[in-house]
Amino acid sequence: MSQITPVFKREFLGYFRSPVAYVFLIVFLVASVGLAFFVGGFFKANQASLQSFFVFHPWLYLFLIPAVGMRLWAEERRGGTIELLFTLPLTTLDAVLGKFFAAWAFLALALALTFPLALTVGWLGDPDWGVIAAGYLGSALMAGAYLAVCALLSSLTKNQVIAFVLGVVVNLALVFLGWSVFNGLLSGFLPVAAVDFIANLGFIPHFDALSKGILDPRDFAYFGSVIALALTLNVVALER
Amino acid sequence: MIEVKSLVKTYGHKRAVDGVSFTVRPGDILGFLGPNGAGKSTTMKMITGYIRPDAGTATVAGIDVAQDPVAVKSRIGYLPESAPAYGEMTVLEFLNFIAEVRGYRSCAERHDRVERALARTHLEPVRRQAIETLSKGYKQRVGFAQALLHEPPCLVLDEPTDGLDPNQKNEVRALIKTMAADRAVILSTHILEEVDAICNRIILISNGRVVVDETPEAFHARRPGARLDAIFRELTNVDA
Repeated sequence: MSQITPVFKREFLGYFRSPVAYVFLIVFLVASVGLAFFVGGFFKANQASLQSFFVFHPWLYLFLIPAVGMRLWAEERRGGTIELLFTLPLTTLDAVLGKFFAAWAFLALALALTFPLALTVGWLGDPDWGVIAAGYLGSALMAGAYLAVCALLSSLTKNQVIAFVLGVVVNLALVFLGWSVFNGLLSGFLPVAAVDFIANLGFIPHFDALSKGILDPRDFAYFGSVIALALTLNVVALER
Repeated sequence: MIEVKSLVKTYGHKRAVDGVSFTVRPGDILGFLGPNGAGKSTTMKMITGYIRPDAGTATVAGIDVAQDPVAVKSRIGYLPESAPAYGEMTVLEFLNFIAEVRGYRSCAERHDRVERALARTHLEPVRRQAIETLSKGYKQRVGFAQALLHEPPCLVLDEPTDGLDPNQKNEVRALIKTMAADRAVILSTHILEEVDAICNRIILISNGRVVVDETPEAFHARRPGARLDAIFRELTNVDA
């Protein structure tokens, strides 16, 4: 397990050795804050909360997280470095966790850099800081789930474009399952219990609860399970 | 030191390695010969634990690769074909990463190891250069530095001189010779002069089987006066 650290360090710093990190951080900050202001009506809502900021995260992550996750394994395969990595004295699980945590930490950094928005809300009004903290926590957890799915898909190919497209499609399916519009369509011909069940498989209901400040262990369990399942399959795919 | 027993690996319908057995003792420099696609690389990948054999065993220092791959990997220095490395890292960063994974966690120890590897492979002039900007010869040396950084008792080198100019080839051969004392070395090649230059044992494989396992002198004695490549052609065409 101690072998996770070097893999983590190399991967995390790796983002900053290329322009990827800077492009991603700028796009993420502009897009997330831009959506909150211009589409979400941050000012018009006249509320001291970050609801109009968090509500776009499931959609924003749909494109941005596959962009971070696509390279995780596909690049190693393409460059042949995967052979180097797996002939070093570490287990597949060490490598999978090291890489996953590095990419997750990078996403958490991007999310943390939106802090001026929280400060703005604090300066303009009197927000409930607990709700804001829960929103950030929920967003970070959801990002982890998106990322774990993308890491798994990246391990199946040596082509980053394929990894990206698969990542968008699979995550889109997981978003749709829990999207109210889609659930509304389903309820036209399915019983309520079935629709509820399907919705619970999606990202949005679990994230919504957290972003409203509701800390339900079931939501943590959901994101934890998605991450654990995807990473387990990731190990299996690499050892195949 | 390295003991291979009846290794078998099948890809689809093609049996890439078909019951290969041999032993390499400390002090041996084993030249692994054979036409392209004969199964040299596949055998090496099974010894180093990168791929799992379908049948048979490979043991290093008495440890079975299938039982304890991490222990085996920590005793082997491996230079994969075309020396893959993380191109965006500098030579120094890359070797520090390798040293850390190899278990040198204290700064002083790591620095010491990396400096020694740099000196041995004459990489000092490019230590702060990104690996992707280096010439082929330097890249190959980075691969060497990585493989011998932990002074392993076994070295597995897959086509170490491939694509180098004659001067670089000589340099690499000299390097292998200096490293070979009391180590078990396997190097694959399809350049026959190389065998004469450095190896004290020859294994010729063709279509996944060992055809010849003897000293270079005995190999020459098969057809006195004939050139090596004539003997090679004769032996590898028989069952082609």
